[in-house]
Amino acid sequence: MNLAAAAHPGFLSPTGVEIVFVLVGLATLGSALVTVTTKQLVHAALWLVAALGGVAVEYLLLTAEFIAWVQVLIYVGSVVVLLLFGLMLTKAPIGPSPDADSGNRPLALAVALASAGTLVTLVVDAFRTTWIDLDTSGGASAEGSTRVTGESLFRAWVLPFEALSVLLLAALVGAIVLSRRGSAPEQDRTPEGKR
Amino acid sequence: MHLAYPAVLAALLFSIGIYGVLARRNAILMLMSVELMLNAVNLNLVAFDVWLRETLHTGQALALFTIAVAAAEIGIGLAIVLLVYRSRGTSDIDRLRDLRERSEAEAEADGIPDDPDGPYGDDAGGTGSAKYTDDSGRQTA
Amino acid sequence: MSTTTLAALVPLLPFMGAVAGLLVGRRAPGFARPLAVLPTLLATLLAVVVAMRQGGGEPIRAATELTPTGDASLPVELALNLDGFAVLVAVLVGVVASCVQLYSTGYLRRDPRYASYAAFVSLFTAAMLLVVYADDLIVLLVGWEIMGICSYFLVGHYWETQAARAASIKAFLVTKLGDVPFLIGILVLASEAGTFRISGITGKLTSQLAQFELGHPTVIALLLLAGVAGKSAQFPLHTWLPDAMAGPTPVSALIHAATMVAAGVYFVARLLPVFAASTAALVVLALMAAVTIVGSALSALAQDDIKRVLAYSTIGQLAYMAGALAVTDRGAAVFHLLAHGAFKALLFLAAGVVIHAAGTNSLAAMSRMGGLTKIAPDAYWTMTIGLLALAAIPPFSGFFSKEAVLGAAEHAAFGDGHGAGSTPAAGWIVLVAGMLGALLTAAYATRLWLLAFRGEGPRASAEEHGREPAVMNIVLWVLAVPSLGFGLAYGVLPGWFDSDSLTPSLVTSVLATGVALVGVLVTYGAWRHTTSLAASRAPMGAVAAHPQSDPALSEAEAIATHEPAYGDIAAAPDPADPSRLLLGPLHDAAAHGFRLDAAYTALFVRPTRAAARLVRFIDSTVVDTYVRGAGAGTGLLGTLVRRTQTGNTQTYLSALVVGSLVLAVAVVLVAAGTGGVRP
Repeated sequence: MNLAAAAHPGFLSPTGVEIVFVLVGLATLGSALVTVTTKQLVHAALWLVAALGGVAVEYLLLTAEFIAWVQVLIYVGSVVVLLLFGLMLTKAPIGPSPDADSGNRPLALAVALASAGTLVTLVVDAFRTTWIDLDTSGGASAEGSTRVTGESLFRAWVLPFEALSVLLLAALVGAIVLSRRGSAPEQDRTPEGKR
Repeated sequence: MHLAYPAVLAALLFSIGIYGVLARRNAILMLMSVELMLNAVNLNLVAFDVWLRETLHTGQALALFTIAVAAAEIGIGLAIVLLVYRSRGTSDIDRLRDLRERSEAEAEADGIPDDPDGPYGDDAGGTGSAKYTDDSGRQTA
Repeated sequence: MSTTTLAALVPLLPFMGAVAGLLVGRRAPGFARPLAVLPTLLATLLAVVVAMRQGGGEPIRAATELTPTGDASLPVELALNLDGFAVLVAVLVGVVASCVQLYSTGYLRRDPRYASYAAFVSLFTAAMLLVVYADDLIVLLVGWEIMGICSYFLVGHYWETQAARAASIKAFLVTKLGDVPFLIGILVLASEAGTFRISGITGKLTSQLAQFELGHPTVIALLLLAGVAGKSAQFPLHTWLPDAMAGPTPVSALIHAATMVAAGVYFVARLLPVFAASTAALVVLALMAAVTIVGSALSALAQDDIKRVLAYSTIGQLAYMAGALAVTDRGAAVFHLLAHGAFKALLFLAAGVVIHAAGTNSLAAMSRMGGLTKIAPDAYWTMTIGLLALAAIPPFSGFFSKEAVLGAAEHAAFGDGHGAGSTPAAGWIVLVAGMLGALLTAAYATRLWLLAFRGEGPRASAEEHGREPAVMNIVLWVLAVPSLGFGLAYGVLPGWFDSDSLTPSLVTSVLATGVALVGVLVTYGAWRHTTSLAASRAPMGAVAAHPQSDPALSEAEAIATHEPAYGDIAAAPDPADPSRLLLGPLHDAAAHGFRLDAAYTALFVRPTRAAARLVRFIDSTVVDTYVRGAGAGTGLLGTLVRRTQTGNTQTYLSALVVGSLVLAVAVVLVAAGTGGVRP
């Protein structure tokens, strides 16, 4: 590791990668926290962009380029846009809404803290002596370059890939059917209209 | 790089997602928190894939699939939320409680049409009159 | 037809009549009467023919195997045994049953349940005839139990009244109390003797060649005696019989006077060698008879209900028969059985007429009523004959039969008894008790006659009541004939019974008749003394309100009103009653059967009830607590779980995550405990 780190040709030294990773990670966590705590619903969506972008940067630092760009494209580009549209269509209030959190908040806090404690303890305990070798100089390309990812995806994983495309088609059709404005009875609030 | 960094980051991100899912009232905000949790998983997948250096890149492939599935999920989820909002006028998750265990009085009250002008309003016969007496009894009580 | 075929038809005819009556009685009430009367009459005729053909000669026996038992040498056989006893008792049963069926057509002429009533009487007749003819102990037991259940149904005929319901259950339970040891006794006897055939058992025991002896004669005899005491209403199981008078009067006449209660005595007579094998059993039987004779006569003297007087007298007369058996003279016992069956049936049927005519069953009320002799002259005359026979006044039938019993006792007492096993002790006991009983019997018969027919008071007119149905009066006169003349058969009967002479002996005849006359005179004197108080007599008692209605209806009303009117089912607070003068302080105890029922209540009923209450308490408090606790616990858990069903998805999710966390931690801890995780 030390030898590999000494011969690292990247624009950042191994220690530098770690420092950047931690800093970006802190920023990601911070924006994620703001996302789940802010009183302004639209702000939450925007902070989500920051958090997802931070995760994309982490992918880059882990040498998974392709996934980083997919993350930016799909999440930041489309999912957040979709969410924003959803907020608008459900007439989410602009500005702070004091009832953004439900009455379940204390329980949620306790559960989240417990799970965080458990998971962090477990992960640190399990991986405290494990190191990732980010050295890409030996190979022709990085671990997560588009070429490598494409080769593995269209050689080894082509069947799941096709199945996934069918799933996406089904989701597309489902979303259209669900959001299509149906006939008149959907307007009233009788029990029959709920479905 | 120390493997603990991405792992801890993913664990914390996941917990924040859990908090969001459990504490947020708006259904769309809940969906956002779900995205956070999915991202935490993805981060783990990528980190372990890099660590293990597997030739098939199983982790990265699975991360891609997860992203695609998450996109589908968010599409369907938003469609459902919109539908609920259209029929209920709200997307607050803690007000959608139709499946709760009702008390006797509530169950009885639900048997009565909401408005007298509705489709059950003016039906003739025994059931209708029974409902009216029931209704008046409830109001006097 | 052969004699055995005829004999088999005798019980079969009433049985088929009963089945047919039960089947068609409700749908076609017109057939009920012919179906009740004709088979019984025909059976009586056949019984007479069988008796003529048998003629007191050698016993005719026939048997066919009915069912095998576990022991191949011990089958149950449908066996007939026609000897002098059987054919004569069968004739008595047939005659009395026919009379009762005829009488019932008038007595219950408007009863809605007549069809089932008559069917049960027919069934009872069939069962009694089966008992009489049967030679197999198990077949006999079948008839014995059918009689018991018929008695239960017929006593409870007026089931609308509380007294009848209670009496029917009491009769059933008390007789069953005796029947359980009876059954055990039969089984022990059969297993020791190696056969269920009565003739086989007695033949083995009396044969000089076989040298056969029972292993436990006293145990068997005492077990059988329990059943006999229950059926024949002997002390201490006699208490059901007076209460059984809550049934209709014809039923009392047939079942509870003439036939069923005699079945016990008849059974002992058939199995007398078994009893004779045990001196102890004979002494017990003698003591039982003596206590019953004296006690029942005292009780009869104090009763107010005319039918209860007759019931106690029945118990006493049955005890005379038991006394004759205790001195091993079954000829005298069956002679008295036949004579008593006739005159007691007559007395009961006449009492039914009197109750209807007077509108009450209370002697106290009758003694305030004049003109009963005018309203019911046939009943008056026939009842007088019956009472004279009961009091054993010569030359009525009761005199001869009772003298036969006393003569047998005298023979035994002075040591020249004819049977094996008769002891002077038993002889003396029976003789003394019989003499005392003769005095008391005469006394209560006189009291009954005086109070019922010599009453003074407002005259009831014949027009108001109308005549009794002719068929009832005809039956009374038919039965009066044997009461008058049957005693003269004492010369013929020994030939049928292959026993010693039944001729009255001079000493006992004179003595017994003397004490009987004393009893009559003393009672008359007491009555004259108490009627001098007549001026102060207040009218008392309740009289049935529907003199024109069915006799059975007025009887049911009389039974139902006796207790409310007098505060007691047995006694009446009548100062003009001669029995108060005669019995003095004993009167109250005697009226209530010497408080035996109270003793039984304290000894058996209360502990049983207390045990039942304890069981109920344990069941309702202890056992049910667990049951209810299980239910309530589940319900409580359900309520708690319902509380969690808020419909809030986030709560559910929280619980889900907490659960999976706990599981994860548990797995990690377990793995850490086994050292799996540590690198």
